[in-house]
Amino acid sequence: MNDIQINNDAQIKKKRRFRLSPPVTALIVSIILFLLSGLLPNGFNTWSTAVNQGLNIVRLASFIAIIGAGQTLVIISGSEGIDLSAGSVVTVGALITYMFIDGNNNLILPILLLVLGMGALVGLINGLGIMYLKISPFVMTLGMAGVVQGALILWTKGYYDGEVAPIMTRIIARDLIWGIPGMIFVWMIIGIAIALLLNRTRFGKQLFAIGVNRRTARLSGVKVTRMVILTYVLAGALAGFSGFLLVGYTQNAGPNLGAQYLFPSIIAVAIGGTQMSGGKGSYFGTIAGAIVIQLITSLLTTMQLPQALQQIIFGSLLLGILVIYGRNKGLRQ
Amino acid sequence: MVKLKKFNFSKWWKKLNVKYSISLSLLLLIVTTILYTVLQANIFRPGTLNRLLTSNFRTWLPVILVTIGQAIVLLGGGLDLSNGSIVSVGNVILALTVVSSNEPGKNILMVLIVLGFGIIAGILNGFFTAYLGLQPVIITFASSYIYGGLALLLLPNPGGAIPRDYTNVYRNTSILGLPISLLFIGVVILIWAFFRSRKYGRFLYAVGGDANAAYTTGVPVTWMKISTYIISGLLASLAAISYSLLTGSGFSGSGAEMALASVTGAVLGGVSMSGGAGSVVGAIFGSIVLGNIRNIISSLRLNSWWRTLVNALVIVISLAGPGLVGLFRRKKIK
Repeated sequence: MNDIQINNDAQIKKKRRFRLSPPVTALIVSIILFLLSGLLPNGFNTWSTAVNQGLNIVRLASFIAIIGAGQTLVIISGSEGIDLSAGSVVTVGALITYMFIDGNNNLILPILLLVLGMGALVGLINGLGIMYLKISPFVMTLGMAGVVQGALILWTKGYYDGEVAPIMTRIIARDLIWGIPGMIFVWMIIGIAIALLLNRTRFGKQLFAIGVNRRTARLSGVKVTRMVILTYVLAGALAGFSGFLLVGYTQNAGPNLGAQYLFPSIIAVAIGGTQMSGGKGSYFGTIAGAIVIQLITSLLTTMQLPQALQQIIFGSLLLGILVIYGRNKGLRQ
Repeated sequence: MVKLKKFNFSKWWKKLNVKYSISLSLLLLIVTTILYTVLQANIFRPGTLNRLLTSNFRTWLPVILVTIGQAIVLLGGGLDLSNGSIVSVGNVILALTVVSSNEPGKNILMVLIVLGFGIIAGILNGFFTAYLGLQPVIITFASSYIYGGLALLLLPNPGGAIPRDYTNVYRNTSILGLPISLLFIGVVILIWAFFRSRKYGRFLYAVGGDANAAYTTGVPVTWMKISTYIISGLLASLAAISYSLLTGSGFSGSGAEMALASVTGAVLGGVSMSGGAGSVVGAIFGSIVLGNIRNIISSLRLNSWWRTLVNALVIVISLAGPGLVGLFRRKKIK
């Protein structure tokens, strides 16, 4: 009996020795990619340009990662959870900020609340539809993306005019202290908050529980319906917030601003080792995934390849990275 | 004495639901079709019906074919977001190479190459998702990037001209009063019905319902899953051919919107996203309903700013249909 136990332990240890955790792998990949980008003819050649380039990539990655934060929560919640409405919510959040603030510093707080409320409302509708009307998350959020985009068209009627508040530009777009952009600090605060939420709170514990198995979670006293709806509300609010931040960086907004961040945010979650079937994952992984994606994108842009080749290489690299560690357990085990 | 069985409508409806799960999409199809025909002026004049059928089905055929493929992949427990990009590649290849109707041999070869590409793309998708056990959402999205890039590489700017002799056949031929696009859908349904009633169909539903249980009872799960992606790729290639014949030209983004539309259509037709439930016929109905909704909105002459919103709202409400019924029924019992 004891022998078998020991034998088992030894086997588990043997298996573990060769496994790197996905976030660590992603970080190693990103460091290698970054060093490779230095070898390019128009890459960095001095220490300070390297630091600058690194900071810039981290800043650009932060937008993917903040949308990815909501996406991580939704995907961990399981049952094919996914939020395809995030892109449209980002766009609307950005446009509300851009058009209503109109260069007025005093309006920042009320508009931020409005944007968060808008995102939360979309998330609430998503959650209600998924839990009460039993619509699968993929099509429910896809449908809501259409509704939000439609509402946007009806509201703006193709006319986008406004201005970002000066304070937002100061904090988000420029360097704050020690040459580090303020955006990175905002991201760090959000990152720590999400990590604490996932690992140190009852919400986090229950989220992983419903991700693994909703029925057992319900039987052990988790209010599953409320939890799922709350998760989608949080994801919507986070998407709205990233729209607010994004417009502070781009200083300009259009009807397709958020769409380009939707799939990168989902891919970041997958590269970070969060299981698409739910119940397993971390926000640290999503951060690493976002940086990897942004690095690849920046690398391809600096290489000045044609758009078509960029797409092909991006897709192939993505497949390669996922093959390294994204495999599910086989049926035979 | 023979007792006549009383016909119980609600029981029949329920049975139909359990067996085919198409009743809601059928209902939606009937309602939207009636609405659409009512909105058309002089529908009863001879020839109008044929004209409407022809013009609608030749436009819908590419999306319907892609949706059938998507439904089969979904039934097997997968998801194929790359089918739209496969359509783009096929469309681009045809637009670049099929330029004259005087060289039928070369044209047939090109069509075969397009079909072959669809099969290879399907094998690739299947290999990564089923054989390596990676997650289909991400993998097929990544591969859609590759195929989309390939289409853009081959044809950076829209162009190309498919001979009129070919496009006219596709656009305007009717046999027995039915347009060939509609007849083609019928043929696909018949072929699918053949496979559905055999071992393949039973295996497919078993794999989608519970892959582990299917594996332990001896179903070749991996091969079944790979085969669904191959079918989806092949149907996407057929969609590319019909799309090229419809537009007569090539565009590297031609299939970009089809991937998500195919998922929505299949789910609207009662196919479950988690696999193992639904039917291909339902998915076709769902796809037609989507087309009907768009047609109704355009014939209502709504203010153009409203169109996207109304379209999306109607789709979400239609998706909510079965859930709403369940919600009210549950309340009644309480």
